Amino acid sequence: MRRFGWLVPALYIAFLLLPIYWLLSMSFKTTNEILGGFTLWPRNFTLENYRKIFTDPTWYMGYVNSLTYVVINTVLSVTVALPAAYAFSRYRFLGDKHLFFWLLTNRMAPAAVFALPFFQLYSAIGLFDTHIAVALAHCLFNVPLAVWILEGFMSGVPRELDELAFIDGYPFWKFFLKILVPAIAAGIGVAAFFCFMFSWVELLLAKTLTSVEAKPIAATMTRTASTSGYELGLLAAAGALTIIPGAFVIYFVRNYIAKGFSLGRV
Amino acid sequence: MSARVVNQRAWWLVLPVLLIVAFNAVIPLMTVVNYSVQETFGDNRFFFEGVKWFDQVMHSARFHEALKRQLLFTAIILAIEVPLGVAIALAMPRRGLWSSVCLVLMSMPLLIPWNVVGAMWNIFALPDIGLLGWTLNKLGFAYNYTRQPFAAWATLIAMDVWHWTSLVALLAYAGLSAIPDPYYQAAKIDGASAWAVFRHVQLPKMKHVLTIAVLLRFMDSFMIYTEPVVLTGGGPGNATTLLSIDLVKIALGQFDLGPAAAMSLIYFLIILLLSWVFYRVMTLGEESS
Repeated sequence: MRRFGWLVPALYIAFLLLPIYWLLSMSFKTTNEILGGFTLWPRNFTLENYRKIFTDPTWYMGYVNSLTYVVINTVLSVTVALPAAYAFSRYRFLGDKHLFFWLLTNRMAPAAVFALPFFQLYSAIGLFDTHIAVALAHCLFNVPLAVWILEGFMSGVPRELDELAFIDGYPFWKFFLKILVPAIAAGIGVAAFFCFMFSWVELLLAKTLTSVEAKPIAATMTRTASTSGYELGLLAAAGALTIIPGAFVIYFVRNYIAKGFSLGRV
Repeated sequence: MSARVVNQRAWWLVLPVLLIVAFNAVIPLMTVVNYSVQETFGDNRFFFEGVKWFDQVMHSARFHEALKRQLLFTAIILAIEVPLGVAIALAMPRRGLWSSVCLVLMSMPLLIPWNVVGAMWNIFALPDIGLLGWTLNKLGFAYNYTRQPFAAWATLIAMDVWHWTSLVALLAYAGLSAIPDPYYQAAKIDGASAWAVFRHVQLPKMKHVLTIAVLLRFMDSFMIYTEPVVLTGGGPGNATTLLSIDLVKIALGQFDLGPAAAMSLIYFLIILLLSWVFYRVMTLGEESS
């Protein structure tokens, strides 16, 4: 039994890679080959689909827009979550439990419920079709998540550390930035990873809050799919490129993923 | 946790979070509440309707159908993903290069935008030119997910298992890596079977992360929208029209703001209620011990 244990993850990973292989394979095919019939690998290998994406601004700006609001959201979420997580892990205050629970309930709000009100809200304050709007809207589910993860990490830091620093005469902000933040660097990495992930993969709100200037790549893809008919190769190439930022981020946090999960309670 | 001191000034530390989340949660939620009790004819004039929309949604066959499909979908994917994720985590290498390789490869589906996941499976399962659809048809199964409700469901579930089992596996793996080696050595000395080790050492240690895994999978599968829309568009017919899809159809497609808002609130309350029940059941006995 033990000897064949590796088969389970191996088969599972093969299952994970099959659709990804198919996407990559399609992205290197010409439209004619795709529609002409079934081929297991590209017969007429072409980079035309990728060339088009990298030379056409409506395509490559989609990636720039997506990355812009994802990065703003990640920085914003982690920054506001840090002091709050500290408060929840160290202090008791009026309504702390209720506040924490209320924050988490926002993680349970379906994006479909908020799509229309968000559109009206961000139109009313003049932020419609800006990166800031999407970054702020994604805070709805990312800030509670970041607070939750960071609170777990901070509770793992002994209180004595705070007390020693205050005895040594550190002012609060200096202790926070110079001692506490480095002590939970892994936790910040994990929180940032999750914020990046959930902001990068979300489409419904991002699409609702943008039209031209801040249009995310995912929206470019769905609109292309409906307007230019059946350009599957182009769509596959665009899809394949959306995997890259995620893979890049995973590489950086690979040693913390598992550790972060257990320490950070998420 | 018992060492936490009472300090009301901690409110200043949570203030930024409170403001940013309240802005995003309270204002839109109040908008929804506002719509849910009013009637409009699209000319920006509103009439108070009381609970009419709630009454209508609660008694609408369409809502009941969507809710049933949603519950069925969530039940199936929880029944598959949780045991499968735990099994994968148990069989994964604990340390070394292979463990990193597994972690990185398994995280991949989690970081692909949801519409790309849908598009990827759409292409993958096409009956004539998709790898999966073509293979199934060659093997003699008449498979076409755009025509057959059963095939559409099977594809949808396969896609969700593909997409999210890794999350359960990663969480379970994290729980397992937190078990110190002496636990296993003690079990070995006692001559415990693999099952006994799982039942009495590994499962209790994974309880916390598994609670989170089940809650996250429950909430997210209940809110699923983008992937099925891209994959099947809710079809064939209404076969895969889950709650979110139906809601968006009513709110943005037909622009029936009142019923859509009432449905939104009922939907949100169902998620809150079921999450709470899950949480209570899974942490039962934790407080007494």
